[in-house]
Amino acid sequence: MITLNINKKTYHLDIDPNTPLLWVLRDHVGLVGTKYGCGVAQCGACVVHLNGEAVRSCVTKVSRAEGEKVVTIEGLSATNTHPLQKAWLELDVSQCGYCQAGQIMSAAVLLKENKKPTDQDIDDAMAGNICRCGTYLRIREAIHLASELQGKENSK
Amino acid sequence: MKKRSLAVIGTLLIMVAIMAFSLDTSKKTVPIPVIKKDSLVSVAAFKQVYTVLMSARCMNCHPSGNVPLQGDDSHLHTMLPKRGIDGKGVYAMKCSNCHQPINTPGLHAPPGNPNWHLPPANMKMVFQGRTPNQLAKQLVNPKTNGNKTMQQLIAHADDGLVLAGWKMGEGRKLPPMSHAAFKKAWITWIKNGAYAPASK
Repeated sequence: MITLNINKKTYHLDIDPNTPLLWVLRDHVGLVGTKYGCGVAQCGACVVHLNGEAVRSCVTKVSRAEGEKVVTIEGLSATNTHPLQKAWLELDVSQCGYCQAGQIMSAAVLLKENKKPTDQDIDDAMAGNICRCGTYLRIREAIHLASELQGKENSK
Repeated sequence: MKKRSLAVIGTLLIMVAIMAFSLDTSKKTVPIPVIKKDSLVSVAAFKQVYTVLMSARCMNCHPSGNVPLQGDDSHLHTMLPKRGIDGKGVYAMKCSNCHQPINTPGLHAPPGNPNWHLPPANMKMVFQGRTPNQLAKQLVNPKTNGNKTMQQLIAHADDGLVLAGWKMGEGRKLPPMSHAAFKKAWITWIKNGAYAPASK
């Protein structure tokens, strides 16, 4: 039996500790916002937060997450109003949308650690998240906008 | 009065002697691993060591730039992850986000180690592009080797991340000799004086 804390909820699961966290999220817990892309940590579609770090859940065994805090795209904001989510909607970032949960989760770590990222900071943080539709320029713009929104929210 | 002055001076002398003795004792506790000086044996051993350090399994994490290298051909790591201040990456691109505590099975899947990292930004310990002469000098200088003493350098042969170079997962070429042969050459190099090959 493995105990997991996902999006502030506790789950007790009878599961092989070698199971990738992504499989557990999608197939056992029913949180399908996180996507399967490559399965070998090359694309970033499966990024979730493990104790605040943007881990790739396709290669992270569920045993690594036991007793730790996991946050998925569903748990980033209870009301879907994280500054990144607002900015993504404002600028219509998504095209097909498949990679966007991973993009947002990676960007959230960037904005947590760097409140006003430059274009270079964004490139450094996001270079591991691939988008086949090529929405990179809108992603960059949305991260800048989210940075502004975050600043305004924090100054209230 | 004269007797009192002599007593004070005598006490001071005894205190200084005790302090000097205790300082001397602390110096004696520092181990000196070099047991003989033999530049020919030392240089010959380093030439073997060099082939290992310049192999992809070692050099890929000792790049000349701030992006690690990847693959048997030591190309720049895809996704261009950056070193960061502590050598563990930046923002959403930290090493341990992909590199797990153990190797992920399968071809082209990330190799793993609990301590996966590059040298830190304030001491990059570059191997890439170094000549044997440059690398040998760099390795013995605490200001460029991670503040290691000679004794710590010897112990470094059994460091977990060094050992990981021989267990890097499927499809990756091993260093050109076994870890035991490398360790033997490494210790031979150091214990015979840690000489640098001639710069030519």
